[in-house]
Amino acid sequence: MNFYIVTLIKTGLIAVVLLTFCAYLVWIERKVLAHIQLRQGPYRVGPHGLLQPLSDLIKLVTKEGVIPANVNMFYYLLAPFLSVALALISIAVIPFGPVVEVFGVQTQMGLTDLDIGVLVVLAMSSLGVYGMVIGGWASNSKYSLMGSLRSSAQMVSYELPMAMAIVAPLLLVNTLSFREIAAAQEGFYLGFLPKWTVFAGPFPQAFSFLLFMIAAFAETNRVPFDLPEAETELVAGFHTEYSSTMFAAFFTAEYASITTICCVASLLFLGGWHPLWPAEYGSDFVPVVLFLGVALILFFHAAQSVRARMWDRFTFPVFGLLMLGLAGLFLVPLLKPLLIPLFWFAAKTGLLIFIFIWIRGTLPRFRYDQLMRFAWLTLLPAAVVNLLVTGLAVALTTN
Amino acid sequence: MSVQQTSAASTRRMTLNMGPQHPSTHGVLRILLELDGETILSAKPDIGFLHTGIEKQAEALGWQQVVTLTDRMDYLANLSNNLAYCLPVEKMLGLEIPPKAQWMRVLLTEICRINSHLVWLGTHALDLGAMTVFFYTFREREEILRLFEMFSGQRLMTSYIRIGGLALEPPLGWEKAVGAFLKGLPSKIDEYEDLLKTNPIFVNRTRGVGKVPLEQLLALGVTGPMIRAAGMKWDIRKSEPYSSYEKFDFDIPVETEGDVYARFLVRMREMRESLKITLQAMEGMPEGPIKADAPKVVLPDREKMKTQMEALIYHFKIVTEGFSVPAGEAYVPVESPRGEIGFYVVSDGTSKPLRVFMRTPSFGNLQSLPSMFEGSLISDSIASLGSMDFVLGDVDR
Repeated sequence: MNFYIVTLIKTGLIAVVLLTFCAYLVWIERKVLAHIQLRQGPYRVGPHGLLQPLSDLIKLVTKEGVIPANVNMFYYLLAPFLSVALALISIAVIPFGPVVEVFGVQTQMGLTDLDIGVLVVLAMSSLGVYGMVIGGWASNSKYSLMGSLRSSAQMVSYELPMAMAIVAPLLLVNTLSFREIAAAQEGFYLGFLPKWTVFAGPFPQAFSFLLFMIAAFAETNRVPFDLPEAETELVAGFHTEYSSTMFAAFFTAEYASITTICCVASLLFLGGWHPLWPAEYGSDFVPVVLFLGVALILFFHAAQSVRARMWDRFTFPVFGLLMLGLAGLFLVPLLKPLLIPLFWFAAKTGLLIFIFIWIRGTLPRFRYDQLMRFAWLTLLPAAVVNLLVTGLAVALTTN
Repeated sequence: MSVQQTSAASTRRMTLNMGPQHPSTHGVLRILLELDGETILSAKPDIGFLHTGIEKQAEALGWQQVVTLTDRMDYLANLSNNLAYCLPVEKMLGLEIPPKAQWMRVLLTEICRINSHLVWLGTHALDLGAMTVFFYTFREREEILRLFEMFSGQRLMTSYIRIGGLALEPPLGWEKAVGAFLKGLPSKIDEYEDLLKTNPIFVNRTRGVGKVPLEQLLALGVTGPMIRAAGMKWDIRKSEPYSSYEKFDFDIPVETEGDVYARFLVRMREMRESLKITLQAMEGMPEGPIKADAPKVVLPDREKMKTQMEALIYHFKIVTEGFSVPAGEAYVPVESPRGEIGFYVVSDGTSKPLRVFMRTPSFGNLQSLPSMFEGSLISDSIASLGSMDFVLGDVDR
């Protein structure tokens, strides 16, 4: 089939899936946080608040976009769209699975495979600072200005250790293309230990992974590094003066960059779509078992939902059947090569995103100067040492 | 030349108007900050946005009615405020409060202290970005509010402590409810400490922050946990015991650092001490009446009113015109969760107070704000603000 048509279809698909996921990420975050904090979370709009993202979207889009007086109009309007565009672009270089054949067309899962994919992601996340800086400056508000100053300083500082942490596994895989990075992590040591870079010889990159995750928290302005939008200090930081669609754009940008950075982490360190243990030992049946388990739990609740809300009598069995169907899909031989890698990729990324939310529910926030000191005096030297040790290990073993 | 210098300096500086609408000013406090980057050069608190006129209003109400105003000053120290008002009035009236009422007062004010400290802890942690602690502390606070409701029918505006004793007989089964709550509390306090006490981010944010020397704190009129965290072992429950506090065995937690972390430690330990006091009060609760034997002040029992002529007359008199307090003045300090609270009450012998002046701990503690803020960062100022634990209604009255 025509390359352009395939690309167009994939672009549409990925854009829809990513944006929907970003919207549902908000729901997931609210639900997980709520359950950490002994609450129910969204519960009113749709069953278990499942339609909450939709209602949020309608609310945000139909609200009046208040533009305060004395803003620099051009930059004020530019900032949110710069933010969201740059955050969404990087997903283009992320592969979600191996090359597959769908309806006789051979194509890769993912939009494109640049041989400098890693650099593109880094470049886009660096450019993302501009959205915040411009937005904070153009708002002509003191809180916004301080928020954007904090964010620019923070993101510039944390980019260094992040890049250092990325370079270390790259020494092992020897490529900048995400597809090849994932391909290099295929296979198992001794038949069971996956060759992911976190486990790989000559120097397992577990420490790089930790450094990368810490820097990723700072890059995406999440707790404990959420100083630019420190609610209790700077109200809402750089987006204090934004409302309506423009606020939604900043919001989407934040969640899109979380998604991207978790995809990058699972590709670089956790072997992308490669399973945790070999298919000979039944790793292909993990999704089946998982979805079956969820289905059983839902049926169990459906069977005894006497006290439950009205729609639970309907939604529990329906969602149970849905999960049962999903479990069945993973058994169809035709879909197996497509779905199973996708499952592993989604599982790893989802786990990392869950950690993002979990940390948000647990830790307090750093202070500005402590954050900078941590970046320059702890994280950067650690990343450099880690890089040197990795380099030495690689140099000693390749000769 | 000098003009140029000032203009150069003024471009470097930024005046930030923090509040009255700001997420962490705990109400409607406005602070004018002069900033150099993120460093605070000077801070001017501007109070009065929550002025309710309670002090003036008290002069228009009968003696007993003023009790209801004291809840509304500080919704977290409602029972301490009730007590602080009732004690001087009872002193002027020369009432003898029966032991059961006194012990009940101790029990409830200590639960009230735990309540206040829980809210302080939750909001303080929230200010520092630790969201979850807030919800955990509010889980326990909810139980306390249920207890208050059980006793008085009200969750916040309890007005349970009245001149002459208590408003109502303690409800049936209160021992069980209070006991169940007290039994669960220690593990909950452990949980909060697990989350914060050794958390490196929390310790870094609070240790050495908002330090003010003890002499300065005393000069500014700061009381309560704030001076205890600065090394002064001062607690009115020990130094001038009221409501038979002398019969209870408890310690005064003291820290020497005087920073935000020390205040955190002091308040955490105070919760445990309060727990100790409440357990003692539960165990040794005396039997007997809950109201003083003073027919002119305390409403008679319903039963007596229906059978005795005299009781009916007193009932009629108290309800229609209230009771009068002999001319004079009195002040009895009370250790509220925030520090020393006292009502300076003046009577001219009528059924309404001539003047009720409130010496409130929040107002005194807020005086230390500029000295805490100056030279610190904005983030530190939030930590300091939370550690002061003021309630704006208590400041403005």
